[in-house]
Amino acid sequence: MEANNRGTGRLPAAFLTPGSSSFMDFLGAHSPEMLPGNRKLPEGVVEAPHGTTIVAATFPGGVVLAGDRRATMGNMIAQRDIEKVFPADEYSAVGIAGTAGLAVEMVKLFQLELEHFEKVEGTTLSLEGKANRLSTMIRSNLGMAMQGLAVVPLFAGYDEAKEKGRIFSYDVTGGRSEEHGYAATGSGSIFARGSMKKLFRPDLTEEQATTLVVQALYDAADDDSATGGPDLYRHIYPIVTVITDEGFRRLTDEESQELARAVTNRRLEQPDGPRAALL
Amino acid sequence: MSTPFYVSPQQAMADRAEYARKGIARGRSLVVLQYADGIVFVGENPSRALHKFSEIYDRIGFAAAGKYNEYENLRIGGVRYADLRGYTYDRDDVTARGLANVYAQTLGTIFSSAGEKPYEVELVVAEVGATAAGDQIYRLPHDGSIVDEHGSVAVGGNAEQISTFLDQRHRDGMTLAEALKLAVQALSSQANGADKAIPAERLEVAVLDRTRAQQRKFKRIRGRQLARLLEADVPAAAQADAVSNDEAPEDDAE
Repeated sequence: MEANNRGTGRLPAAFLTPGSSSFMDFLGAHSPEMLPGNRKLPEGVVEAPHGTTIVAATFPGGVVLAGDRRATMGNMIAQRDIEKVFPADEYSAVGIAGTAGLAVEMVKLFQLELEHFEKVEGTTLSLEGKANRLSTMIRSNLGMAMQGLAVVPLFAGYDEAKEKGRIFSYDVTGGRSEEHGYAATGSGSIFARGSMKKLFRPDLTEEQATTLVVQALYDAADDDSATGGPDLYRHIYPIVTVITDEGFRRLTDEESQELARAVTNRRLEQPDGPRAALL
Repeated sequence: MSTPFYVSPQQAMADRAEYARKGIARGRSLVVLQYADGIVFVGENPSRALHKFSEIYDRIGFAAAGKYNEYENLRIGGVRYADLRGYTYDRDDVTARGLANVYAQTLGTIFSSAGEKPYEVELVVAEVGATAAGDQIYRLPHDGSIVDEHGSVAVGGNAEQISTFLDQRHRDGMTLAEALKLAVQALSSQANGADKAIPAERLEVAVLDRTRAQQRKFKRIRGRQLARLLEADVPAAAQADAVSNDEAPEDDAE
């Protein structure tokens, strides 16, 4: 729906009515049909491309969030270079596993929600506030989740008040829980989590943390058919993002290529990856 | 039976315009200037929280003089308009021209409808382009007309005098420090010739900086960075002088 479609070209009354600082609230009042959660659901199950594994790990001074590049539809690879990790605002990012189409739309709305609040209020939401907002959005998607169109994000950000990186994971009902150290979501998450469990230490450097998440994604791709490993032939590498007190940064293609190649090369000698000390 | 007085439409409009102009004149003036890397907004504002300038969208900024509650209302309307439009179509489809049109229609309808009090506001909507040639600055007076401006624009009580001052001294390709100094000079010159100095802490300054790496180009300049720019040794109305300094690497004051 266009903003100035009501005859005079004047801003509609809803635009000038004092109200909340939330874009979603405004959209709900002005054009509710545009909110993903308000759509009428058809009967039956829809098959759509699904994104798979997202991993995150904290290190002193920040947090790393990364995702593989594969989208699958049933047993088919739907897309090889899909992006599933996005900046939410300057100090946070969201990675999404689940139905790709809905997930991307949810991210767009979430980014807008944070930006809208910032512009209207002149200040940003707390990290906790952002995490709660995302929770509400997932909850409103429950109807579609019941039909197999679930979206399960991983939210990571730098908490400026607490001066550290934090990770929040979600379930399909919008249930939110803070994860300490590392977390993973999506179909390959069991393997990724196992991998990180053995490799994670609380005193990692930023570089070690980025290597850690790529190792975990490799392990997830190794055992989960829906997760894609680094595609050396097509030059498709995982998306790795780092959030510190300097803000959000996505590793350049060259940087993630170097990381992925280093990990892959070591796997040539040791296919199961680095080993943790036995006690 | 009493007969209502006849007031000619011309007279009614003139009265409304005068009412609005008087309201605007009570506020402080502000200026918007193009400089080499973008557009700078400068105004005297004793408040740190109630802004005269703000971000509407990625490349679009908003400045207003007049009654705070009225322009704040328009500002939020503009943010809603821009965000909804960007969400419906694409971020590139939100333009200053579109926003200025909507504001013009809104102000114009309010101004000419007898039932409503005219808004006592004067707005500037500016969009920074990829190059200086792509910059757009629109001034919207209280009656909903649109003026497409280039180089420099002033709104508020003293606007005419300040505009003349700026027109004589502003040139294309000024550095940020030069443009800022010129703006402050323009704002401090009084009608009676006696200049009053505006201390840095009473200045509100913001820029739309096309060289900014982020998608969102709006940035407030305050604190140390503002002091540094004001102190930068630039001949104020430098016409022939070579560019003497580029401002030091910016620390993000947001």
